[in-house]
Amino acid sequence: MAKQPAAVVGVGQTHHRAKREDVSMAGLCREAIDRALADANLTLDDIDAIVVGKAPDLFEGVMMPELFLAEALGAAGKPLLRVHTAGSVGGSTAIVASSLVQAGVHKRVLTVAYEKQSESNAMWALSVPLPFNMPVHAGAGGYFAPHVRSYIRRSNAPTHVGAIVAAKDRQNALKNPYAHLRNPDTTVESVLASQMLWDPIRYDETCPSSDGACALVIVDEDTAKASPNPAWIHGTVMRSEATTAAERDQVNPQASRDAAAALWAQAGITDPLTEIDAAEIYVPFSWFEPMWLESLGFAAEGEGWKLSESGATAMDGQIPVNCSGGVLSSNPIGASGMLRFGEAALQVRGAAGEHQVDGARRALGHAYGGGSQFFAMWVVGSEPPSN
Amino acid sequence: MSRTLQAPVTVAFDYTRSVGPVLGRFFAGLRDRTLVAGRTSDGRVVLPPPEYDPVTHRQLTDADLVEVADTGTVTSWTWVPEPVKHQPFDRPFAFALVTLDGADAPLLHALDVDSPDHVVTGMRVRVRWAEERSGAITDIECFEPADDLPGGRATPLADREATTGIVTPVSLDYLYAASPEESAFYRGLNEGRILGQRCPSCGKVYVPPRSACPADGTPTAEEVELSQTGTITTFCIVNVPFLGQKITPPYVSAYVLLDGADIAILHLILGVPADQVRMGMRVKAVWKPQEEWTYSLENIDHFEPTGDPDADFDTYKHHL
Repeated sequence: MAKQPAAVVGVGQTHHRAKREDVSMAGLCREAIDRALADANLTLDDIDAIVVGKAPDLFEGVMMPELFLAEALGAAGKPLLRVHTAGSVGGSTAIVASSLVQAGVHKRVLTVAYEKQSESNAMWALSVPLPFNMPVHAGAGGYFAPHVRSYIRRSNAPTHVGAIVAAKDRQNALKNPYAHLRNPDTTVESVLASQMLWDPIRYDETCPSSDGACALVIVDEDTAKASPNPAWIHGTVMRSEATTAAERDQVNPQASRDAAAALWAQAGITDPLTEIDAAEIYVPFSWFEPMWLESLGFAAEGEGWKLSESGATAMDGQIPVNCSGGVLSSNPIGASGMLRFGEAALQVRGAAGEHQVDGARRALGHAYGGGSQFFAMWVVGSEPPSN
Repeated sequence: MSRTLQAPVTVAFDYTRSVGPVLGRFFAGLRDRTLVAGRTSDGRVVLPPPEYDPVTHRQLTDADLVEVADTGTVTSWTWVPEPVKHQPFDRPFAFALVTLDGADAPLLHALDVDSPDHVVTGMRVRVRWAEERSGAITDIECFEPADDLPGGRATPLADREATTGIVTPVSLDYLYAASPEESAFYRGLNEGRILGQRCPSCGKVYVPPRSACPADGTPTAEEVELSQTGTITTFCIVNVPFLGQKITPPYVSAYVLLDGADIAILHLILGVPADQVRMGMRVKAVWKPQEEWTYSLENIDHFEPTGDPDADFDTYKHHL
């Protein structure tokens, strides 16, 4: 049986900041939820089910968010699910919510993802020494830096490409009123001059640590008809793979390539470079833009950096990437994936404000997590899916 | 000898909670020996006050907050004969649900009585406040019996600056157990050997050995002793200090593909300036003095260059 059509009719997010000491976790979630519901012209009473996602438990020391947030999320008397896939969780959570509508189980599903990084220390949480092992781990940057080095070596990319991406995303963030980092003076030169943290990754090529949340309202076809600008879901894919298999490709993981191929097939896309109008790709360290461009099929293997270097990924380029400023400008980890999915929806709804890509009709939302072992992606469009 | 190696590990962090405007009033009240409750849209008075109304979902405001008495009635209870660490008392006590005078919903807290014979549903109790209060739930030391007290009622909220945050220390003590295969690897390290296992299906040699091949799930059994030399496939130079860090930066964290292995291990590179470490560099294990050996990968102090020519890129590119 075919899937039921589903669409995003409400997108809400918080003002992302290093510390949102003015709100509790519940308040942070409600700030995003209330904006998403207002956008959808619905209330919590209209919602059939709620799906929540957040960062790994140690990051905030909260193990059962669904338990203590249920009342604040308006979930009493309704199904409430929690999704858990490390950094990709925001994307996976949105996909689980959309699948409830596409399966015909529910008509109006609210989904929210959040993180209050200021209540803990993610670097510590990712580097807790284990007995018997060598304590050389150094957070997410320490994990991904060697693989960035591998990419640079494999692709022979010039070393300034990471700085080009970082400067572009920080400039894009100035057009997004919700973005955390607002550094008008960031240039390629200033990024290159910033401190080398996890060589070859510099300070300015690294995502910030943010408090923030994102919420989406995903509805069935009948409900979507009442919306002036639904973002129709054209394809959703999740894939996972083992973290430590021998000869595992850490630069271009098999699960990522497989997920992209399945996504484009679902969405009826044969050439993403020309058929996708805007992409929100999970880029926590700037070099992941060219890496994922290749893995997703926007460029041939070893050629992704040429797109980034040429300006093709800028707002006025052939394939604008992260017009919102992306993860490099706002990183509430648990919400970052859903922000990519939500920003993609805003683009095809013509609702992205100053960072709108003119006439965007199809957009990609992408998230990854763990040691590049979880992938979640969707394509949304301004028109209902034809297949 | 135990089949597996075990070691204690403690994961501890003082999480800082932003409590928001509603619970901020509750915690500030505790500091002033005052109990702040919320009046919900269905007419109930609930303590602690919910941030959001359970019926209308609207956020409660100061206008919805009231103060209730520090006296109340036990509505249910349980006896704690053997208290554990971090419980309110180190002697037997009761946990009780107490509906405070002026409130409609109970609060869970400790009740200080000598024996379960001294607890009964319906008994009157009052708050025993802590001497030093910080704006936390522990400002209520416990409840204590108060048979002769009259009932109180809810009163308007006093003007008081809200608390913005609390600290909630979390400390988890685990017994970390290595798998039998990993235990063999760590015991090998205690003898100065590096042991892996070969997958009988795909032939890949894993170090440390897994109990099953991650690629095809086949149980692994064949032990392989690996060379103490290998190739740096890729690496990063850690320049950033962070909480809990064991090695002082800058240091080189590298994937070392030991000769004969099909997966690299992560280790420390010394004996060469960090900026001269290269992909493809040939390195060898440098062990700590034998009297310092335990059952750990830390028995290998670091890897250092052998001085041999670098490995050809094609020999390790499929490990990137």
